[in-house]
Amino acid sequence: MKGNRFWAWSALIFGLIYFALPLIGMTEFSFRMRRGEYSFDAYRVVLADPNFRATFSYSVTLAVLTIILSVCLTVPTAYWVRLRMPRWRPVIEFVTLLPLVVPPIVIVFGYIRLYNTSSLLPLTGTITGTNALLVAGYTVLSLPYMYRAVDTGLRAIDVQTLTEAAQSLGAGWFTIMTRIILPNVLVAVLSGAFLTFAIVIGEFVLAALLNRPAFGPYMQLIGANRAYEPAALAVISFGITWACMGLIQLVTRFSQATRASR
Amino acid sequence: MSARPAAPAKASISLAWVGLLPFALFAFLFLILPTMFIVVGAFRTPEGAFTLANVRGLFTPSILAAFWISIRVSFWSALIGCLIGFAMAAAITVGRLPNGARSPLLTFSGVASNFAGVPLAFAFLATLGRVGLVTILLREWFGINLYATGFNLLSFAGLTLTYLFFQIPLMILIVTPALDGLRREWSEAAQILGATRFQYWRMVALPILWPTLLGTLALLFANSFGAVATAYALTGSSLSIVPILLYAQIRGDVLGDPHLGYALAFGMIFVTGVANAIYMWMRARSEKWIR
Repeated sequence: MKGNRFWAWSALIFGLIYFALPLIGMTEFSFRMRRGEYSFDAYRVVLADPNFRATFSYSVTLAVLTIILSVCLTVPTAYWVRLRMPRWRPVIEFVTLLPLVVPPIVIVFGYIRLYNTSSLLPLTGTITGTNALLVAGYTVLSLPYMYRAVDTGLRAIDVQTLTEAAQSLGAGWFTIMTRIILPNVLVAVLSGAFLTFAIVIGEFVLAALLNRPAFGPYMQLIGANRAYEPAALAVISFGITWACMGLIQLVTRFSQATRASR
Repeated sequence: MSARPAAPAKASISLAWVGLLPFALFAFLFLILPTMFIVVGAFRTPEGAFTLANVRGLFTPSILAAFWISIRVSFWSALIGCLIGFAMAAAITVGRLPNGARSPLLTFSGVASNFAGVPLAFAFLATLGRVGLVTILLREWFGINLYATGFNLLSFAGLTLTYLFFQIPLMILIVTPALDGLRREWSEAAQILGATRFQYWRMVALPILWPTLLGTLALLFANSFGAVATAYALTGSSLSIVPILLYAQIRGDVLGDPHLGYALAFGMIFVTGVANAIYMWMRARSEKWIR
C-alpha cells in the first residue's frame, strides 16, 4: 500500500504545481509595473480607470437582473412541474440543459439575426432593448445551473403537503410561492445565484457581439493594449470567482448546521 | 384527494398548462427559436429555398483546417484533463491521503472550473508568455530559452495547456462522486479472491467507471469546443479555431457569405451535440452501477 500512497501524493503534487504556477505568475506579474521593485501600481491604474468602474458596475447590474429573472423563471416552473406536471420533467430538464449543448456564440448569433432592426421584435435597435436581450441571454446561460439547483432543493421538501397545508389555510399562489416555497429552497437559489454572478461578471462573447460595455469586453480590450493591468484584472477576477464559490459553501454549510441543530 | 368529484380535477389539469407558459415562452424566444433560426438558415439559400450548398461550403480547406485544429485542441485538452483529473480525484478518494486534502481540492476545483475566459488567458500570458514568470525563471535558473525550443503560448500546444486549467477541475468534480461510489466490498472481495491491486483496477474498478470516464471525456470535449473568450484573449485572431472564425464572421462577415456563417454555427452545434449525446448516453449507463 506504500506504493499506492506514493502515486497519490505525486498525482496531487503534480496537479497542484500546474494550478499554482499561473496563479503565482499572474500575481507576480501584476506587481511588476514599477521597474525594479514590486508595487501596487497596476491595481491603482486599473481601479482609477473610469471605464473599469463603468463596465464593472454595468456587469454587476446585469448580473443582479439576470439572477432576478432566472429565479422568477426557474422557481415557479420547477415547483409547478413537481406539483402538477411530473410527466413533463424530462422535457423541461432537457430544455434547461440545452445551453450546455448549443455554444453561447451560436445563441447570440441567432439573437443578432432574429431580433435585428428589420424584424418583428427589433430588440437590437435600442440600447434598452439590447440590454434586455443581454439579460435574456445571460438568463439562458444560467438555466442549467439554476434549474438543477432549485430542482434539487425542491426534492428535499414535500411540495405536495406544504402546498395543501398552505391552501387549506387560505393562501393564494403568490403567497405560497414567496412565503412557503422560496424560503424552503433559499439555499439552492443562493447557490445558483452566486454561480450565475460569477459567470455573468466575466462573460465576453454575448456582450462583445451585442456591443454592450460589459466587464468582459473591457478586460479583453485592456489585454490587447496594456502590459501589466491585465494581470491585475486577472487577480481581481479570480478573487471574485473565489468569493462567489466561498459564499456558496458558506450558505450550504450554514443551512446544514441549522438543519442539524433542529 | 380521491374523494373529489371528477369535474374540478379535470378543469385543474387543463389549467395546469398555464403554469409552464412563462418558462416555455422564454425558452422558445431566447433559446429554441434563435437556435432553430441558425440551423434552418444553414440549409437555405438567401432567397429562402432549400439547399445543401452552405453545408458543402464548409468543406473548403481553410474551414476544414479550423475544424480540425478545434477538434484537436478540444480532444487533447479533454483527454489530458481526464487523465490528470482522474489521477488527482483518485488520490483524494481511494489514495489514502490525509482527509484534509479532499475538501480544499474540491473547493478549489469549483473555483478553477469557473475561472475561464479572458482572465484565464491573462494568467497564462503572465506565466508562460514571452516575459512571463516561468519563461524568465527557466532562462535565469536553468538557462533554458523556452521560446527557442519552438514553444509558443499562442499556438495549439499553448491553447491546450491553458484549457487544462478548467478541464482538470471539471473532471475532478465529476469523477469524485463516481470514485466514492466504488464500494469497499468490491475491493475486499477481489482481494479475498487473490487479486492484486492492479488486477482489481483493471478487472473491477475501471470497467465500472468506464462509462463515467468516457462520458466525461465527451463533456470536456464539448466544453472546450464552444469556448471563445480564452482563445480570443490569448491569441487574438491569429489561431484560426472554429469559434474564433465564427466570431470574426459575425463581426465582419469575413467569409463573405452570411449563410456560410449559419453553416459554420450549425457545424459547431453538430459537434457539441454529438459529444453531449455520448455524455448523456454514457451517464445513463453508469448510473446502473453507481448510485
